Amino acid sequence: MTQGAGADLHLMRLTKRFGSFVAVDDVSLTVPQGSFFALLGPSGCGKTTTLRMVAGLERPTSGAIHLGEDDITLRRPHQRPVNTVFQSYALFPHLDIGENIAFGLRRRGVARPEVKAKVAEMLRLVQLEGMERRRPGQLSGGQQQRVALARAIVNRPQVLLLDEPLGALDLKLRRQMQLELKRIQTEVGLTFVHVTHDQEEAMTMADTIAVMNDGRIEQVGTPGQLYDSPATTFVANFLGQSNLIRGTVSQADDDQVLVDVHGVTVGMPAARSRASAGDTYVGVRPEKIRLVRADGAVAADGENELTGVVTDVSFVGVSTQYLVRTPWGQELTVFAQNIGVDDRVRTGDDVRLQWVAAHTFALDATVPIDAGAGVDDEAEAPVDAHS
Amino acid sequence: MSVLAVAGTAAPKAAPPVDDERRHSRIPYLLLLPGIAWLAVFFVVPMIALGSQSLQEGSIEDGYTLTWHWQTYTEALSQYWTQYLRAFWYAALATLFALLISYPLAYTIALKAGRWRNVWLVLVIAPFFTSFLIRTIAWKTILADNGVVAEVMRGLGLLNWTDDRLLSTGPAVVAGLTYNFLPFMTLPIYAALERMDRRVVEAAHDLYASPFTAFRKVTVPLSMPGVVAGTLLTFIPAAGDYINQRLLGSSQNNVIGSVIDTEFIRVGDYPTAAALSFVLMISIVALVVAYVRRAGTEELV
Amino acid sequence: MLGRALRWAREHVVVFAAVAAVAYMFLPIVVVAVLSFNQPSSRFNYTWSAFTWDNWANPCAVPAVCESVFTSLQIAALATIVSTVLGTLIALALVRYRFRGRSSTNVLIFMPMATPEVVMGASLLALFVNMSLPLGFTTILVAHIMFCISFVVVTVKARIATLDPAIEQAAMDLYATPAQTFTRVTLPLIMPGIVAAAMLAFALSFDDFIITNFAAGTGQTVTFPMYVWGAAQRGLPPQVNVIGTLMFLVALVVVLAPALVRRRGPLAGSLPVAR
Repeated sequence: MTQGAGADLHLMRLTKRFGSFVAVDDVSLTVPQGSFFALLGPSGCGKTTTLRMVAGLERPTSGAIHLGEDDITLRRPHQRPVNTVFQSYALFPHLDIGENIAFGLRRRGVARPEVKAKVAEMLRLVQLEGMERRRPGQLSGGQQQRVALARAIVNRPQVLLLDEPLGALDLKLRRQMQLELKRIQTEVGLTFVHVTHDQEEAMTMADTIAVMNDGRIEQVGTPGQLYDSPATTFVANFLGQSNLIRGTVSQADDDQVLVDVHGVTVGMPAARSRASAGDTYVGVRPEKIRLVRADGAVAADGENELTGVVTDVSFVGVSTQYLVRTPWGQELTVFAQNIGVDDRVRTGDDVRLQWVAAHTFALDATVPIDAGAGVDDEAEAPVDAHS
Repeated sequence: MSVLAVAGTAAPKAAPPVDDERRHSRIPYLLLLPGIAWLAVFFVVPMIALGSQSLQEGSIEDGYTLTWHWQTYTEALSQYWTQYLRAFWYAALATLFALLISYPLAYTIALKAGRWRNVWLVLVIAPFFTSFLIRTIAWKTILADNGVVAEVMRGLGLLNWTDDRLLSTGPAVVAGLTYNFLPFMTLPIYAALERMDRRVVEAAHDLYASPFTAFRKVTVPLSMPGVVAGTLLTFIPAAGDYINQRLLGSSQNNVIGSVIDTEFIRVGDYPTAAALSFVLMISIVALVVAYVRRAGTEELV
Repeated sequence: MLGRALRWAREHVVVFAAVAAVAYMFLPIVVVAVLSFNQPSSRFNYTWSAFTWDNWANPCAVPAVCESVFTSLQIAALATIVSTVLGTLIALALVRYRFRGRSSTNVLIFMPMATPEVVMGASLLALFVNMSLPLGFTTILVAHIMFCISFVVVTVKARIATLDPAIEQAAMDLYATPAQTFTRVTLPLIMPGIVAAAMLAFALSFDDFIITNFAAGTGQTVTFPMYVWGAAQRGLPPQVNVIGTLMFLVALVVVLAPALVRRRGPLAGSLPVAR
């Protein structure tokens, strides 16, 4: 079992079935060595099961897991150079903090003085110096979380798996720990695979995100790629918010794609469209839309425009959120940053929605338009109850 | 038994998810083997042997042969049915009294004791560290004819119908039974009440229920699993007990346990004794099943 | 004034009932303790006649008493060891593994606890007689192990069930083999349950009468409860009360000791906070 030397983690056609229920369906991924990788999805999407298969705590029904050249698919957990930070921390209550952290080192037969040095180094890293003799029960939630992290990192695994480690922390602490984790990962240089249902958390921390839904990967990319160019309606709705409007492609060539949306033509660069013919969903993020009164300036060149009537205005401090009803009855959302321009758009006003064409995207229309939209990402079962 | 068998009152939790390894390995069978084998040999086999014995004929000197002699059952029943009834009657009374005494005790410990809870629990368990027999014999002193209790009751005219005696009467037996099974009743009820969410009772008060109504309609139903466990842990052993009857009662109020003991050890009529035992066991099982089904609880172990 | 007093009384009537119940529970203990200082005027130590220290000074004045206590202790010790080991193994299998026949196993464990002692004792006697086994120490021991196993299983099972399975998974994740996981993590954490089960088994064994009486048959072995039973007929020496009181005190110390140790012991504050 080699330690230290980094390697890419490959998941190849990984599938996990519990009886007739398919938790993980033909998942293939590559996690580059040294990156901070997030597995994002709603509860029950299979992300924790995938993680547990990498850790060795679940056996795949089919497929393979490779660490570099090493096939670890069937190896027992204690034989893998992989460590996990559990959602419930799972600290050993009968051992003190120092012994908790030293646990993996001792099992691997590391010499006593070296163990002592490494434990001290870890405590410094997670800012818990001097706490070696304390017991887990005497620590706060945030402190326990850091011990769990230290206990895993000290072994310098080739991959560190984090199973929703911040789920039990309050908001402020969570934000703090997100930055901490990112800092530690950069400092230590290990590959982190972080499972979460919180899309803001994933976008803040990860270099690469894989969005999962119903056991399948919806899209893999950087936070920017996923946000600006969602590949499916699920991704468009799960990350942030999207306005999705049904339309039909009227013209498509190498430069641009034009879509007929209830009589109005909307255009976008060809690269931004995943549909070249037939039915499609045209999408644009609420913050990309400029809300203008009906008697205001016309849309410029290279911009799309729709008309509607304001049905709701909500002042949210940073922005004002508008709901606009289009002529065909759909309500679109617009976020306008409150930079002090006194527009006084009110409920009932006729308005024009304008946005840069390059901010448009078009999606395959075979998936329901609201996939990923109402998914409650607050409710999260701590364990996938799939048995 | 004199000490607590109430460990079974821990909350039954949903089984944690089990990974594949654990589903298919052979390890559980190895772990189970010695213990289950012991139970199989020294519990199951004897039970079967007992059943078989009840259908045999013969004697200790000549040996026994299996003749499927059903009549042993009918003979035994017709001869001893009063002892059965008396045993169940005493056990039922003892269970009832134990419930009446234990419920306020369990309620106090669970809901009113606060920091002193552990002290209370120790006080409840401690007396039962002394030998069961010794404690019961102590009741002979307490209920003795020339003792305070008997004198008082005689003065009140309560003993007119028992020849002015307290000892060697049915009530004395019931008193002993009740006493001996108090912790078996108290601890399960305590466990159920302790687990109860107090805020549900507060919600009842918020919804216009008087304290007594809230108790009747909320607390009592929520404590039912504990009550059922307690009554079972009390009734089942009490129905077969004969120590209380022998020490505190007289030959006038024999119970079935005593008869079985006599038939086995003194008389040596094994088939009859075996038949009596089986009828006792089956009737207890039947009563328990009917009771549990009505009470509606599922997990007992 | 009276109204307030009445209201206070009504609110606390439950507590009064509880205190009365506890007093009722202690009544025989007090009697036993008091009579242990008695110098009985007859064969039977039922009524008070005179005070003496003799009984406590010479608890083994009647040799049969101490012999029976010793026998009971031996049987209890052995039964405890065997039943605790067997029961713990069963409990581990039931909680941590899935296997066919799981519910049947649960039923089998439950049955000895639900069967009247008379029936179990009688059936064992029948078995021993049929197998022509000599009745005595060994048969008593065998019987005790049998009925203790169920109680051990239930007690240890309850303890194992409170253990977060993620802890054992974490141990394996941290390079502990299954054997190391068991010895270094699982066992220490379920030890309190095992200890509780052992104490329960010991108490059950030491104090058992009915099954013991059957299993001993006509043999020579006499356990303490058997001696007391016989003595109740023949004549009860006050030394029996001494032993009874001693049992109470010893058990009280055993129960209270962990609570006192825990105040400053190694496990202080070790129960985890994390969900």
